[in-house]
This record gives sequence, structure tokens and C-alpha cells, in this order.
Amino acid sequence: MAFCMRISRNFIHTLKSKVGFFRRDLTPWLTSPCVQIFENPDPILQTNVTRFTSRRFESIKAEEQCSSADHAQVLDFPGGKVAFTPQMEFLSESPEVRSPCYRVLDEYGLSIEHSSFAEVSKEVAIKMYSDMVTLQTMDTIFYEAQRQGRMSFYVTTIGEEAINIASAAALSISDIVVPQYREPGVLLWRGFSLQEFANQCFGNKGDNGKGRQMPAHYGSNKHNYFTIASTIATQLPHAVGAAYSLKMDKKDACVATYFGDGGSSEGDFHAALNFAAVLEAPVIFICRNNGWAISTPLSDQFRSDGIVVRGKAYGVRSIRVDGNDALAMYSAVHAARKMAISESRPILIEALTYRVGHHTTSDDSTKYRSADEIECWRVKRDPVSRFRKWIESNGWWCDETEMELRSSVRKQLLHAIQVAEQAEKPPIRDLFTDVYDVPPANLCEQEKLLKETIKRYPQEYPAHVSV
Amino acid sequence: MGEEVGEYQGAYKITKGLLEKYGPERVLDTPITEAGFAGIGVGAAYWGLRPVVEFMTFNFSMQAIDHIINSAAKSSYMSAGQISVPVVFRGANGAAAGVGAQHSQCYAAWYGSCPGLKVLTPYSSEDARGLLKAAIRDPDPVVFLENELLYGESFPVSAEALDSSFCLPIGKAKIEREGKDVTITAFSKLVGHALKAADILAKEGISAEVINLRSIRPLDRATINASVRKTSRLVTVEEVFPQHGVGAEICASVVEESFDYLDAPVERIAGADVPMPYAANLERMAVPQVEDIVRAAKRTCFRSR
Repeated sequence: MAFCMRISRNFIHTLKSKVGFFRRDLTPWLTSPCVQIFENPDPILQTNVTRFTSRRFESIKAEEQCSSADHAQVLDFPGGKVAFTPQMEFLSESPEVRSPCYRVLDEYGLSIEHSSFAEVSKEVAIKMYSDMVTLQTMDTIFYEAQRQGRMSFYVTTIGEEAINIASAAALSISDIVVPQYREPGVLLWRGFSLQEFANQCFGNKGDNGKGRQMPAHYGSNKHNYFTIASTIATQLPHAVGAAYSLKMDKKDACVATYFGDGGSSEGDFHAALNFAAVLEAPVIFICRNNGWAISTPLSDQFRSDGIVVRGKAYGVRSIRVDGNDALAMYSAVHAARKMAISESRPILIEALTYRVGHHTTSDDSTKYRSADEIECWRVKRDPVSRFRKWIESNGWWCDETEMELRSSVRKQLLHAIQVAEQAEKPPIRDLFTDVYDVPPANLCEQEKLLKETIKRYPQEYPAHVSV
Repeated sequence: MGEEVGEYQGAYKITKGLLEKYGPERVLDTPITEAGFAGIGVGAAYWGLRPVVEFMTFNFSMQAIDHIINSAAKSSYMSAGQISVPVVFRGANGAAAGVGAQHSQCYAAWYGSCPGLKVLTPYSSEDARGLLKAAIRDPDPVVFLENELLYGESFPVSAEALDSSFCLPIGKAKIEREGKDVTITAFSKLVGHALKAADILAKEGISAEVINLRSIRPLDRATINASVRKTSRLVTVEEVFPQHGVGAEICASVVEESFDYLDAPVERIAGADVPMPYAANLERMAVPQVEDIVRAAKRTCFRSR
């Protein structure tokens, strides 16, 4: 009994601080209100030496703060001095003016006067445009293949080609990419072949994912592209963890993670931004604000001025960019990467764009939005044709090269689908591997049993599945 | 990484001294975001670190359970081995004393049902040391279920266990006490109860074999079945809700593999099928006591005579 009592007191103390209104023990506040119990933060100290020093180490010592409290103009509070005001003023829930959107090319693909942007060489610009066209064509053909019943499912990126390709172009191959599921363009930029895309979608033997996942759930360690999971926004804390590892290893690299306007509502978004700021992790959060989360419009998703304003709330530097302006996207990500690595801090980029296609092939978006709206964004605000106008204005592109590219890409894609469709499915053995590092006894036993059963009753099992 | 693990030396002092020894880069006090730091652990493990994530109690792990199941457990399979997650999630689990419904649940059965995870339940100090080291070294995600009340209990420790590389194999149960009349399986705190029950049963001429499971997933079915084939009787003991519990899985395993050897129906001792009440007298009734185990063992013994 005595044993239980001793333990109980510890529990109760621990639980009070957990279950009570504040997590911290309130006694210091109550006994000496003038005592400064938190460190004196000086956010200017960001040298390498202090990079990992917990701020708490600097000063937990109590400091005397007993100035004559009656004439205090300012409160010395954790985080910095706070001025007092006799006027009762609530901060407005919405700004008078929305955060401006950084853009460099106008709708006609001409660079805006006095705009500042990162230089893009002819080589890079042509690769960017070619990849945007390839992505657009791949989406069109794979979507058609799904509609014809050749593929079970597909996710298009139509309308968001600039975000995909331009951001990828601004990153280096050593940067880790942690995607949501509408960023195949980043993988394409890094060298994932059209055949590899097709193989994953058909779940065949050539799929480096061993047929484990639905189509469009790509992943490739070789290309530093974290395997896609269907869960929304769970990749955001993963990205922060990976960024922290990079920081510990002092790598000249950062993490870029993507999510949508809908994903920003998940609890994981809050956790990730908050942690990234506290841990000072080199991660770029790229939000594809495309106006729709399946059928949920922005007005039903949040009431803030988009996602960019949330950065401030977490102490994260942020910017709003025209997501359909490839040059602006490139410049913003380029700058963000520099800041993230050299200053060891997270950056938030909100890219405004539009989801021209359906959410996935399981959706029919004409049921909840007007065809006119879709048409307007698809034609008048197409990021691909906008960038095309810019490279043409530089004399780097013309109609002939356009025709050549499109027909070549189309041929390659049709061929890739054909090959992928006819290829063998993964062997049965792949059902049992990778659950654990070493296959456990029960799975080994079951695999043996399954093979024996297939041998005994071959007519019950599909002929083209190798054992 | 976890709440209060650094400066506070750990909510239950388990991480005492670590911050001083390893520095703030490796021992992180986190904001109150279980989902956050569980997800960060998974991300860090992906890039090659070996994070140990502490939940103040596993009752709070429910706010992170999506990351434990969907991110940690399944990532290796879903990515075809490209992503490995060598993370350890550890913390207090199960009923303590006077902490009520939201601080008393045991999660062995829930985590134990998910492929991709390994689930361990240490009982003694040797178990805790050997299994935790094995868990950290293991390339798979491990859920390490400790027990608040056991933190305060002392156990004799062999010289071998004091060696800094001492590891116990994952997936092997330990026969704490040999016997020939009835097999009692238990894990975590209730191993102590089972041993006490075995002492009482011995005085009445019943020799009970007590198995400390140590590992819920993978479950050491071989040891359990070998023991039941020897004794012909089985009592499973666990702390919390009976439905879909660890005992249910053990019963199924024994019925599938050792049905012909059973001389009596299997007895399942579990906690009451109610959220844990707070009042001391009610709490006592909601958790298995030594007497419950003794009575169950006797029931299995008298049935066949």
C-alpha cells in the first residue's frame, strides 16, 4: 500500500502538469510574479555554434524585474518586449489588403517591367518547358488510358505544371523531395523515365514499388523522392524530421515538401510548421493552392487569407507566388532554398493556381463547379503556353520544335503504356517481403503454403502470375 | 524526443541525465504535438537517424496513431523497401493507480495487430534493458510498452545484463517459472501477479508454468504451444479490455495448433469491459488481481477430474 502511495504522488504531480490548464507548473508565477522564469531571448544569435543550443540553456536563472510596475510601458515577456496600449483594439480577422502575389511574367508570357527574378539559362528554360509539355501529355494519355479501362486509377496534374517543373528545376538533386500526390513533375525533372511511370501505374514487374500501391503513388530513392502515401499532410512532419537529419549531418541540402490548400487544414500542417520553426529545420513548404479539395472550395476550407498568412503565425518566413508563372516559381524556390540552408530555417511558399482536372479519375468535377470556370483557367491561364511565349520571345523555341516535341513525347508514352500493359505482374514472393527487414517465420510459412497450393490447383490461379 | 524528456529529466525520469550527456541536438524537448513528433521521428528515420520517441503515456499516442500505423508500420512495404523506419516509440502503457479512463488503457492488442510493427512488453529490469537495446538496433519500427508501476519496482539483475551491449532476442518469450499442471501467460506488470499466483497455487499442489511473453508481435507461439502441450491447461492474463485482446489471439493460436492437448477450456483473465474508473475501490475491481488468476487456474485444473 505504501508503495502505491509513493508512486501516486509522482503521478499526480506529473498529471497535474499534463491535465491542468497550463502544461507548466504554475507555482513560480504565483509566488513571485516579477520573476523572469524564461530565458532572455536574443533571436539575433544564429551562429553555427549556437545553432543547436537550446535557448533554454542560455538563461533559466531568475532575474530581478522589480522596476516600479506602475510606470511600465513595456512588458518583458518570453519572445521579446511587448508594448502596452490603453486602447482596446482587436486584430482584424481579415486584412484590408490581401498579401500580394509575386509574379514576373504576365498572361502573355512577357516579363513584367521592374520585376526581379533569378536568371534561367536557355538550356534550363528549354528543359523546363519540355518537361512541362511532357507532363501535360503524360497526364492526357494516362487519363485516357484509365477511361478506356486499361488503368484502374490516375491522378492528373493539369494546370499545375509550372509549380511541379519550376520548383524541381530550382532544387538540386541532393535536396529531398517529400510529395503529396500531385507532383509527378518533380520526379520527371529528376530523370524518372516515362516507362517507369507507366510501370508503376500498371503495377507490373518493372515497378520499383513492386506493385504495392495504387497508380500515381511513385517513389524513388535514386531520385531522392520519398514514396507517395495517400494520407493527407502526413508528409509534412516527415519532411521536418528529414530536414533535421540533414541539419545534423551538416549537409548542403534541404527538404522540399508539397501539399494542397485542403492539406493545410490537417493537424499535421500545424505540427510541421510549428516544429520546423522551433527546430530551425531547413525545409521548404510548398503549398499548391489550387482552389479545390475534391469538391470543397476554399470558402469551406478556411477563412484566413490563404495559407501564406499562417507562416507568420508560426514564425516562418513566407511568400505568395503566382503558381502558373514558371519563372516566378523558379525564382521563389531558388531563393527559399538558399535561405533554408544558409540560415537553417523553414520557408513557406503559397503558389496560387487552379486544379484544371478532376481530383482523380474517381471524380467528376463538373458536378460541383462550372465548366466555364474550368475552361477559363485551362485556356486563358495555362502555365505551359504562358512559359512557351516567354521562351519563344527569347528566340529559344518555335512552332517546329513544338510539333516535334509533342509528337515524339506522345509516341513514347503510347509505347510505354503498351509495354507496361503487357509486362508480367510482380512475382508472388513480393506479397511477403518488406513487411519487416527480415521476413518473419509466419510469413515464410504462409508463402511456402501458398506456393504449394498454387502448384496443386493451378487452374484456380491466374496463369500470368509467376510464383 | 518527446515532452519533458530533456530539462525535466523525463516525466517519469526515464531519460534522466541524457540531455546533459548527449546535448540538446540529440535530446529534444518537443511542443505538445504527439502527431508532430511521431511524424518527425518517421521522417528522421527515413534519412538514417535512429529516433527514440517518447509518449508520456501510450494513451496519448492515439493522437499520433496515424503516424505509427500508416507512416511507420506500413512505409517499408508500401515503398517496396525503399523507406525503412528504424524508430522506437516508447512510453508508459496500461493501468497505473488512480489515473482514470484516459490514462489507463493498454495498447498491446491494438498495436499488436498491425503488420510492420514490432511490439514489446518488458517486465523485469533485464527485460527493459535487453529489449530496449534490441529495439533501437532493430531496423523495423518498434512499439515499446513500459509500465508506470513497474518503474518503481526493483529486480535482481545478472552480471551479463549489466554489459553495455546486452540485448534480448525479439520474438522470444521467457519461461519465468517452470511447471507442469497449468500454463499461465502474462506480460508486463501482470507477470508479477502471475508469479505470486503460482506461489499460492504451489501451496495447493498445483504447479503452474508462468510465461513472460516479452514480445506481443511477433508472438512466441512456439513457446506457448510447447508449454500447453506439456501442461494441457491454459490461463491467459492481461490487464485491460478482453475483446480482441492479446489473450484472444493466444487462445486462437492454441486452439489452432494444440487443440488435442487441451484438457480444459482456455481461461482468459482480463480487465473489466469498462473505461477505467477512478475511485480506488472501483479501480481494484476493474483490474485483474492475483486471486482472479488463482481461481482461473484452479478452474482449469478441476474440470478434468
